[in-house]
Amino acid sequence: MDLRLAAAVNAGKAAGMATRLLGRGGGTALPGLVALRADPGALRKLGRQLGRGRVLVTGTNGKTTTSRILASILAEAGVPVVHNREGSNLARGMASTLLAAAGPTGRLKVRGGADHALGLFETDEASLPAAARDLAPKAIAFTNLFRDQLDRYGEVDTVAALWREALAAPPPAATLVLNADDPSVAELATGWPGPVHWFGLDDPAFATTDPGAVDARWCRACGGTFAYDRRYFAHIGYWRCTGCERARPAPDTAAESVSLWPESARFTVPGLGELEMPLTGVYNVSNALAAVALARVLGVDAGAIARGVAGVKAAFGRQESVEFEGRRLRIFLCKNPAGANQVIRLLQATTAGTSLNAATLLSDRFADGQDVSWTWDVDYELLAPLVAKCWAGGTRAEDMALRLKYAGWPAPTAVEPDPVRLLDAVLAATTPGDEVAIVPTYTAMIDLRAELTRRGAATRFGEDE
Amino acid sequence: MPLPANPALRLAHLYPDVMNIYGDRGNVIALRFRCEARGIALEVAEVNAGDAFDPANYDLVLMGGGQDREQRRIAEDLVAKGPALREAIDGGLPALAVCGGFQLFGHRYVDHEGGVIPGIGVFDLETRHPGPRADRCIGDVVLATEYGEVVGFENHGGRTYLAEGQEPFGRVRRGFGNNAEDGAEGARTKNAIGTYLHGSLLPKNPAIADALILAALRRRYGDDVELPPLDDAAETAAHRAAARTAERRSRAAAE
Repeated sequence: MDLRLAAAVNAGKAAGMATRLLGRGGGTALPGLVALRADPGALRKLGRQLGRGRVLVTGTNGKTTTSRILASILAEAGVPVVHNREGSNLARGMASTLLAAAGPTGRLKVRGGADHALGLFETDEASLPAAARDLAPKAIAFTNLFRDQLDRYGEVDTVAALWREALAAPPPAATLVLNADDPSVAELATGWPGPVHWFGLDDPAFATTDPGAVDARWCRACGGTFAYDRRYFAHIGYWRCTGCERARPAPDTAAESVSLWPESARFTVPGLGELEMPLTGVYNVSNALAAVALARVLGVDAGAIARGVAGVKAAFGRQESVEFEGRRLRIFLCKNPAGANQVIRLLQATTAGTSLNAATLLSDRFADGQDVSWTWDVDYELLAPLVAKCWAGGTRAEDMALRLKYAGWPAPTAVEPDPVRLLDAVLAATTPGDEVAIVPTYTAMIDLRAELTRRGAATRFGEDE
Repeated sequence: MPLPANPALRLAHLYPDVMNIYGDRGNVIALRFRCEARGIALEVAEVNAGDAFDPANYDLVLMGGGQDREQRRIAEDLVAKGPALREAIDGGLPALAVCGGFQLFGHRYVDHEGGVIPGIGVFDLETRHPGPRADRCIGDVVLATEYGEVVGFENHGGRTYLAEGQEPFGRVRRGFGNNAEDGAEGARTKNAIGTYLHGSLLPKNPAIADALILAALRRRYGDDVELPPLDDAAETAAHRAAARTAERRSRAAAE
């Protein structure tokens, strides 16, 4: 028995129990933090007991949804999985997840046996170096790289540099699962000694030839300018360098014949046939491809992949639907311009006439990013002709309201930072049967969801199985 | 004269394809909104590297910030456009340069290894990067300026030092400012403003947006032009929310 690990596990578990007794819900980081203080090797020692290995999912957007879809596929395949699905994707959150599965001696106890279990870890971009080092993953999926919380991460280039540095750590036999459509992700293959599995969208009908603001402009290899023959969104698309030979690689796992419906999507993956999933938006098809590609790397059979994709449930706040006093609230979490612009386009495509009721919530706590400037990179203008009623909320509700005013939206029914009063205002201005799209930042979503839970409309954090 | 008949202004947005980080596009959105609300037609021309640029064809100039790598790439092109732009700004052309744009409107940017990126010298200042170990200046800013209180958010690694006689844009009440030492923020010369403030700057500080628009109109139509006021309740509320946030975070940091 590793006494130091056992002590760390027990200290972490005690800290977790204390927060639960105090009623501080969602304490997904503290146990791991305490355990890592007591034994900095805890993540490595616990994680490496997972006999089927570990996989990491990272990137700016889509980490949670991709991990969810993969977990659903693995459940269909009968693979026992330890997954940090309930929250923190920093090293401490991964450690918390492992602690919860560990006995008092520091041995993992997983149904089906730790020897047969797989670790599935959604990994924060900045935590990748630590996770890659400690968890020795057999595969790492990179979804995309967009500008996000620049006050926290610095420049987009800083994150790209961090990823390249992180790739010095994992075993060289590990498979990189890379988004062929994102040149910033694709360049990670340069110099990688192990296998690479590419995934990408292959339906030009959903791509545009319009130029737009993109975060990936120049080739790191030669300094040449990237050209985008077609883009699905942001810099995701058919890219090629005008200075050298680099271009979008042909995907190993591709989505063809994509069709999008208000609450589902269908697409064909060569070799697997047509898949259907209860999530929509081109960005979610890309997330599903990342999960399917990982599943193929792990050797999961086609039937389990199809059933897993079909059976996935929306993650907390990601196209989650909530019934509230007869109103149907659909929550579309938005954390950065790329994600928000995808939601805007989804709402634009699925709104008939001027029938859109939308509550946009902007908060500026640490987890949201303290700088709210990014809202000016979001194309709220596209929705202006569709809005029937709107509300502005979050800790920076006034900034949100100003952004909407300058985007040409009608005056908000309420500008209300307080989630209790915001929900009251939504109730007062709608009738049973109405639909309202809620577009919140991360902590604004947590606040609003807590109030919905208090009023009995939503399940509690971590109880969304 | 409140406004001439069919007033129109032309804005040159410099390097919008690269110098566009931190939502600086909001400054163009604000200028357009506040012009159109008064019946002023605003034509926006995007001027990128390699494009011909004659400042005499424009009434306003705007430039945002970018990442270090991006800034290096446009610096050479900006230096070629520099002499004409500097002369026009000397002649009263209104301009707003934010963050990386502000740095390049100075004489030079010196990186931590002593490498020099030349600027165009609209402002009498230089920027030095203290090295990769130094913290970036990141956080809320509140300034006292001759346009009144100004709020925004700064995020910069370089430290900017004004030469003697160069007026700042404002004095720092909350935040770091040009260099976290001397209390100065930004620079101002005639109708040109340089600043580190994002936010975006102009939507929450409508007095500055209007000052730029008014200066442009007067230069084109005569000194008796006046701007009709707008209902700025939403702008004022967002401004106050940003100022409150800056106060609260600065108190929390002090505790």
